[in-house]
Amino acid sequence: MGFDQYHEPPEELSAETRTFVRLCTSLTEEAEAIGWYQQRMAVETDGEARAIMHDAQGEEFKHFCMDLEFLLRRTPLWREIAEGILFRDGDIVEHGEEAEEEATEGAAERGAPLAGGESLGIGSLREAVA
Amino acid sequence: MSHLLREHAPITEGNWELLDSEARERFAPALAARKLVDFAGPHGWQYSATNLGRVEEIDDPPGKGVVGVQRQVLALVELRAPFAISRAELADADRGAEDADLEPLDAAAHRIAVAENAAVFHGWKAAGITGIVEASPHDLIALGEDCERYPRHVAKAVDALLSAGIQGPYGLALGPDAHTRVLETSEHGGYPLLEHLREVVGGPLVWSPGLRGAAVLSVRGGDFLFEVGEDLSIGYESHDAGAVNLYLEESLSFRVATPEAAVALT
Repeated sequence: MGFDQYHEPPEELSAETRTFVRLCTSLTEEAEAIGWYQQRMAVETDGEARAIMHDAQGEEFKHFCMDLEFLLRRTPLWREIAEGILFRDGDIVEHGEEAEEEATEGAAERGAPLAGGESLGIGSLREAVA
Repeated sequence: MSHLLREHAPITEGNWELLDSEARERFAPALAARKLVDFAGPHGWQYSATNLGRVEEIDDPPGKGVVGVQRQVLALVELRAPFAISRAELADADRGAEDADLEPLDAAAHRIAVAENAAVFHGWKAAGITGIVEASPHDLIALGEDCERYPRHVAKAVDALLSAGIQGPYGLALGPDAHTRVLETSEHGGYPLLEHLREVVGGPLVWSPGLRGAAVLSVRGGDFLFEVGEDLSIGYESHDAGAVNLYLEESLSFRVATPEAAVALT
């Protein structure tokens, strides 16, 4: 089995970073599978076979969401940007630009950690005070 | 691999998550200074000094017709709190035990939080750090033990800051003893003293282990500067059959830019 999910020598990466990368790879694979099932269902004429694929695609939706939630929990900056974009009506691009700007400025002020870093990521606690 | 050497520890990924998460939970209430002063960083483990923007003349330059000055910096301090976790407890946590004994980690987190707060409020002479309390040019205000008079004392501190041209909002840092007295007290009519004090300062009221007495300070920003190279992290030291020896660590500096932006209460 190869280790081509890493772009850097795995032995130089921390355990946290390797886990982070594994879940990023898994997220990509789930998204690919969702796309594959979508194509298969589009061309399949047998209704029973299509129903099975539909069910299988649902599984991939679940896996994708679990992977994503894990990564968002481990990466506060990513989570903050996602919160500004996901499950909102309106212009997606506009929400994306606003969320990125607000989140990155806020993270820099708080001294937030980089994704996959080894510190506890505590930084400033000014916002934690009521 | 970083200098923390976490990958050499006989600790599973799940247990590293457990230890990191426990440390974060313990730090959240105790890191009082970070709730009140400006924070910069993390700049990384190799970051060694804070630029003070000043120079000092050096005698005897090595040549005629030249002068030399030397840049002044504040060297970062490494703070480390060692602790040991039982390998049997870690094994139980791997089996799914919800009540693994992490008390040594909790105690180490408290120790390093108290030291961080004490350095910020009272300074650390040997490390070249001047604290908020000792830097303040204002007269000390006696708090005493009569809690019902606390709002008056705190209002006097706010008044001193306003008179010195220091704008709010202000924060109130309370050492553990003063904080306990405040929590236990309701004024006439049952109104919690805590809420009254919060209204007087117009900003946060913070439990501050490591602070002796109390301090009222401006939280407008730019007055008190806390900087970290490496932010709080857990590293690995060694292990034997019974325990894993770990440590909590950070590198930091602190300086007061506006001494008159705080008033100490004793």
